[in-house]
Amino acid sequence: MSIRGKACMAGIFEHPGRELPDKTTAQIHAESAAGALADAGLSFSDVDGYFCAGDAPGFGPLSMADYMGLSCSYVDSTEMGGSTYVAHVGHAASAIAMGKCRVALITLGGKPRTGGQGPGGAGRIGAAPESNFEGQWGIPGAVGGYALAASRHMYEFGTTSEQLAEIKVAASIHAQYNPNAFLRKVVSVQEVLDSPMVSSPLRRMDCCVVTDGGGALVVVAPEVAAQLSRPKVKVLGHGEAPKHTNNGRIDLTHSGAVWSGPRAFSEAGVSHADIDYASIYDSFTITVLMTLEDLGFCEKGKGGEFVSDGALVSPGGKLPFNTDGGGLCNNHPTNRGGITKVIEAVRQLRGEAHPEVQVPDCQIALAHGTGGSLGTRMGSATLILGQEDS
Amino acid sequence: MSTAAEAGTLPAPEPYPNTEDAPFWAGTAEGRLMLPRCARCATVIWYPRQFCSECSGQEVEWFEASGRGTIYARTVVHRAQGPWGPAAPYVIAYVELEEGPRILTNIIGVDPDTVEVGQEVRAVFVEAGAQKIVRFTR
Repeated sequence: MSIRGKACMAGIFEHPGRELPDKTTAQIHAESAAGALADAGLSFSDVDGYFCAGDAPGFGPLSMADYMGLSCSYVDSTEMGGSTYVAHVGHAASAIAMGKCRVALITLGGKPRTGGQGPGGAGRIGAAPESNFEGQWGIPGAVGGYALAASRHMYEFGTTSEQLAEIKVAASIHAQYNPNAFLRKVVSVQEVLDSPMVSSPLRRMDCCVVTDGGGALVVVAPEVAAQLSRPKVKVLGHGEAPKHTNNGRIDLTHSGAVWSGPRAFSEAGVSHADIDYASIYDSFTITVLMTLEDLGFCEKGKGGEFVSDGALVSPGGKLPFNTDGGGLCNNHPTNRGGITKVIEAVRQLRGEAHPEVQVPDCQIALAHGTGGSLGTRMGSATLILGQEDS
Repeated sequence: MSTAAEAGTLPAPEPYPNTEDAPFWAGTAEGRLMLPRCARCATVIWYPRQFCSECSGQEVEWFEASGRGTIYARTVVHRAQGPWGPAAPYVIAYVELEEGPRILTNIIGVDPDTVEVGQEVRAVFVEAGAQKIVRFTR
């Protein structure tokens, strides 16, 4: 029993807004939903499965189903930080395979740039049981935990700031072709190294952008997909895994991708050599480097070597990644980049990425989400997608 | 100019003890680092709570730790928000205690740029409202 071939990506929509002071969060969810459903050639009345994360307004799926007038046989508000939406595709495919729903809608919306809510949505975790032991140290948003992980990776494996910078450079090369990208300027390794230190060893250009915006995905049963005119993309496999502090024995040198990756590859029945394109969650440059190692694209500790010399640049690199410019340059809507990772992977498989960065004959793509903090507790989700005949 | 971290004057948000971690805070008030240990499997538990994630035991006993440890990871924060802004640069670290757990803390009383992974450190107890929190110094 698996989800292989049991569900298809039918509609996608990335909200074009980057500053949305005049819209409510629920409205951004709904506009994104409308866009994805229109892309699929479906309507709200076709939706019978709905997915959102814990940051959705009010009672999550209940409030949003009310707002959008959805009549659902299946809802899911799994919360895994920014990786949530990658996991949601796997959950939706499972639900579809099990007959729980036929048209699943996944939405995201938020306003960290103009809405007065800082990264992380700190208000929600104030009463967390660990707060007495993590709230006293001045951890600066998300970057502090990722900086700690980067510090340990450098200590154990000799990873350098120059190697991390290569990841930002590759993302910026892609972003120049994306008219919606928040940062479109191509940068050099030296420019990354010259950007101000935020939380050592991470500098400003090691960090993703902060943007308003949203996105949505539609996942449907194969018999629904057969009636639709857009290029079909199959869900081949998915894996997810939370990783926590392990009773104070946290290992900062890996993410939950060491578990989510093998599950996804196994279900999809594909190998690393089959992956033509990868969307790798890039909250920070270190996130990408560790994820590539954890997914098995290179040996643990060799990520720095792997990303050097343009390996991530499309087309032509060993593993073209984040051809929309990623979170580092394009968009990190409401501090949750998992959904844009899936969207760009679908664009690549449809052959609808920007011509300058389209991977020729892209047959199999991977999208990976990383949520929470690499420095404490996090969620990892891996999704493998393929073209119609894959 | 000496930084807030060197002078030991970093912001110190007050913790709010609960029924599970109260013995930890009773200890810090006396300048002692008290840790919980599982009464069933003897695993040292962190963060302090009455649940052992190794064996699911729900009874703990408290013992005094040495207060000595080694830096497992560290970051020097240069850009921070709220009261932490003017305190930068300061060091956040995971310190691996002699007893096993790796705990989040600040390294104080030293130049932030001289703090490195692998250095040995010892606990110091800092007033935080009505409580005392545990930071480390070399």
